[in-house]
Amino acid sequence: MKLTLKIWRQANAQAPGKMVTYPIDNVSPDMSFLEMMDVLNEQLIQKGDDPVAFDHDCREGICGMCSMFINGEAHGPDRLVTTCQLHMRKFKDGDTITIEPFRANAFPVIKDLAVDRSAFDRIQQAGGFVSVNTSGNTQDANAIPIDKHDADRAFDAATCIGCGACVATCKNASAMLFVSAKVSQYALLPQGKVEATDRVLNMVKQMDSEGFGNCTNTGACEVECPKGISLENIARMNREYLSASIKG
Amino acid sequence: MATLDSKIPQGPLSEKWTNHKSKINLVSPANKRLIDVIVVGTGLAGASASATLAELGYNVKTFCFQDSPRRAHSIAAQGGINAAKNYQGDGDSTYRLFYDTIKGGDYRSRESNVYRLAEVSANIIDQCVAQGVPFARDYGGLLDNRSFGGVLVSRTFYAKGQTGQQLLLGAYSAMNRQIGRGKIKMYNRHEMMDLVVIDGKARGIIARNLVNGKLERHSAHAVVIASGGYGNVFFLSTNAMGSNVSAAWKIHKRGAYFANPCFTQIHPTCIPVSGDHQSKLTLMSESLRNDGRIWVPKKLEDVKAIRAGKLKPTDLAEEDRDYYLERRYPAFGNLVPRDVASRAAKERCDAGFGVNATGEAVYLDFAAAIQRYGKEQAHVKGLDENDAALVKKLGQAVVKAKYGNLFQMYEKIVDQNPYETPMMIYPAVHYTMGGVWVDYNLMTTIPGCYAIGEANFSDHGANRLGASALMQGLADGYFVLPYTIGDYLSNDIRTGTISTDDPAFEAAEKEVADKLQAFLNCKGKNSVDYYHKRLGKIMWDKCGMSRNADGLREAIVEIKALREDFYKNVNVTGTASEFNEQLAKAGRVADFLELGELFAKDALERTESCGGHFREESQTPEGEALRDDKNFTFVSAWEYQGEPAQAKLHKEPLNYEEIEVKTRSYK
Amino acid sequence: MALSGLFLVVFLFQHFTINFSSVFSAKTFNSLSHFMGTNPLVQFVLQPVLIFGVIYHFVMGFVLEIQNRGARATKYGSYNGGANASWMSRNMILSGIVILSFLGLHFYDFWVPEINHKYIEVLPEDPNRYYEELVHKFHSPVRVGIYVLSFVFLSLHLLHGFNSSFQSLGVNNKYSVTIQKLTRAFAILIPLGFIFIALYHHLNAF
Repeated sequence: MKLTLKIWRQANAQAPGKMVTYPIDNVSPDMSFLEMMDVLNEQLIQKGDDPVAFDHDCREGICGMCSMFINGEAHGPDRLVTTCQLHMRKFKDGDTITIEPFRANAFPVIKDLAVDRSAFDRIQQAGGFVSVNTSGNTQDANAIPIDKHDADRAFDAATCIGCGACVATCKNASAMLFVSAKVSQYALLPQGKVEATDRVLNMVKQMDSEGFGNCTNTGACEVECPKGISLENIARMNREYLSASIKG
Repeated sequence: MATLDSKIPQGPLSEKWTNHKSKINLVSPANKRLIDVIVVGTGLAGASASATLAELGYNVKTFCFQDSPRRAHSIAAQGGINAAKNYQGDGDSTYRLFYDTIKGGDYRSRESNVYRLAEVSANIIDQCVAQGVPFARDYGGLLDNRSFGGVLVSRTFYAKGQTGQQLLLGAYSAMNRQIGRGKIKMYNRHEMMDLVVIDGKARGIIARNLVNGKLERHSAHAVVIASGGYGNVFFLSTNAMGSNVSAAWKIHKRGAYFANPCFTQIHPTCIPVSGDHQSKLTLMSESLRNDGRIWVPKKLEDVKAIRAGKLKPTDLAEEDRDYYLERRYPAFGNLVPRDVASRAAKERCDAGFGVNATGEAVYLDFAAAIQRYGKEQAHVKGLDENDAALVKKLGQAVVKAKYGNLFQMYEKIVDQNPYETPMMIYPAVHYTMGGVWVDYNLMTTIPGCYAIGEANFSDHGANRLGASALMQGLADGYFVLPYTIGDYLSNDIRTGTISTDDPAFEAAEKEVADKLQAFLNCKGKNSVDYYHKRLGKIMWDKCGMSRNADGLREAIVEIKALREDFYKNVNVTGTASEFNEQLAKAGRVADFLELGELFAKDALERTESCGGHFREESQTPEGEALRDDKNFTFVSAWEYQGEPAQAKLHKEPLNYEEIEVKTRSYK
Repeated sequence: MALSGLFLVVFLFQHFTINFSSVFSAKTFNSLSHFMGTNPLVQFVLQPVLIFGVIYHFVMGFVLEIQNRGARATKYGSYNGGANASWMSRNMILSGIVILSFLGLHFYDFWVPEINHKYIEVLPEDPNRYYEELVHKFHSPVRVGIYVLSFVFLSLHLLHGFNSSFQSLGVNNKYSVTIQKLTRAFAILIPLGFIFIALYHHLNAF
């Protein structure tokens, strides 16, 4: 396949960026999108140009590091995949592909397509945990039976990979899906209930201070989420937040 | 350099750890505040160690090269974590887990360490559940288990096919709590470039901020390396793109012995290579072998027809299929350990029975499982068990609930629907049992420098059983290192802060800066990846699943030549003072080019077949691996002497007191 | 937004019910309008609450929009919003502005003369004047056209907003599918009803 790539190039956080066009040839439909980027970079290096910087690590859709906005969609046109799992067979010979970084004020660009998502870490640090020490003296794991349905829903929420596609895709750059996934995981489990009030208040406070936008329930995040995290989690967080606010 | 002292405590095996814990020195809470510890890596071992050390009161500085600690490659572990809980009442016990691990490791691991691992395994599950890790549960609300290869009990706890993710996020949450409290200072996008040794003790590291390229000096009273394994020396592996040996290799060059470098695990169920562009391999969890049956066609003409696309695997009659694992190993069948399954797949493919275009793939078939589950469901629901379409639908739903994410991954990569046609799989490099040599306290041969998780060599011998890596990482980080490190640090309570102005820091930093500049100045014609791919090919062809003396000798020569060419002809673009992935990668590949040689040297030295390491000269008449217990019941620990070729071998003999060393049989 | 929105939905329904009575009975419409126009509870408690609700809803709407636009200072060169979210959900501010402008016209048409009649010039109350005033307003085809267009936007606004308010209040459970169907039906039928009323009076006048 022969393709035209339009890629956002930006030397560093302070520099202005611009779209640059690169033709690329001999792309196999069996390549992953990032392997296609590898080929491009190899060509750039051969020419002595600066290769395109992009984040990637596990290349199997679980680490959450890859983060490209492809043809106007986070992780590209396929559903329930990360960029590394997107394959070139989703494109046609002769296509022009636009590649941009995940954009949000809370995700400043580091270089080219790599962005800084440490805002997510800080939100987790504000309350995304159960306060239990690793003393080795916790009670037996089977001491508290947990309804299978609750456990399964907690798991579904916990599968969030923290890639930031929800923020990137939301027209408001809102982080509600990400934050609500963590809040939900713990809200559904007895272990997490003890500090539920503080957790949701602190995490939402941190989220707001990071400069993310507000949720207007467009549902775009759910559609673009590579792990299919449900909007139900946002509703649950809204519930948790309301009741926590009332409790104080 | 000190001789190898594994510091195994005295006393009966089952009491060693308890006695040791009661006797070692402690640091008082007030003094812990005065002590700094550096942890490099935030996988299961690094994250759990950081969190626990911070909870205990130490000042922890943690480093990871990724953009967040949550991205460490432990996250990709799929199948599960073992623990001797015996919740299923199927006769499991600490001893049995210990025994299975030693046997699975082909009698090349240290008894005392493995027993301790089995002992603390149950604690891990309790801890993780308390942290809110959503393990799979049954309808009664209790934890569910499944079976893994090489064992006869169900002791594997899991969270669908994302167990590593859930466990890592649990450890990450524990870390976050401490970061929030200010007890851990987290350095994301920082790579450890060197270890700083002052007066023979590990006292800090040189780190590079990958965003702006600046070199930083960080001092501490102890340094913990939790940087994972070195499977990427093969270029193609199931490891993440960034996984590297550099931290472990740097401490090796500063005096830490490197143990059993040639012990690599080749995982039997990975998605086969599709072309030259391939950048990594994707694992399909071992748990799939619970329900999938592995086969190739019996007749070569069927193989040809399948490769040519004239015959579909689903059309092949049952009697024309060779379920070779069930045939060769009736007792364990498809659940033989990984090394056995991998070798068997290679044997069939080498004999010409590989089912894809490259001839390097076998089938993993779920049709029988779908039928079985479908009938069961139809029966439970009171529906017609003979309605084939209904049974298939119900069966597929069960398989989807168990392995849905894996099937989806497969479909995205291969573009075939594994619910309808068998998966194609082939072995791939997955894990490295070898690593930095550590004693019972997990300390390397450099005082104050520890290695935990996959980065060390300790618990898996020559082959790791499935679902044991997660167990070891968390055991080391949560329950072992935090105790044993106190014994060493109790001597440091009066030391005070270590100054980063020490000449040792200065010298180390200069060395790093010079090396980086040398890469940039080279301006050769080949990219870093070019060298990495070449190295990978040498490693896979000559140091892979089966090896022989001639091939290994060639490999040593070729790797050395490749390394020399690398320093002459590598092309690294950009500068050292910016976000420069090529430069970071150049450093990592440079270390792989040294490790690769030591790897081949170690493999050459060990003329026996054991674990995943199959030495062609050492096999039974039936072609099974033949161990040489008389000559090789030891750990090879290599001391760096300037060049990989000159590394000096030290042997730590392995004494088995509790277990009788036997030939492994899974028949 | 959700609470004020739901409140406005309730008001809208009440408004529709009274207006709809004008289609089949001028008398009922007059008596209902008279009640609404003269009852002190409606006039001095509900009316200010309603005005506050309207103002709060659109002011907050603008504030949110400004914050949300500000959350992504560098815009995407290519943004395929239609791939993952409905047009309605992405353009609430547009439909909202149309409705707000309509409210201006609507106030000018009915509310301003009404206030003027009752509280400024203090004209004598005629309980039967309302129907005539209503019919009179729908003579102009331009005005009816503007009304119809505005109701289309009202429908678009409600199609996302009504259902969305439940999500914001944390309602997302097994009833959500039913709620979505009901809110959609409401969002289409009520504005359609208003359009019918406007057209009915317009066409009846000839």
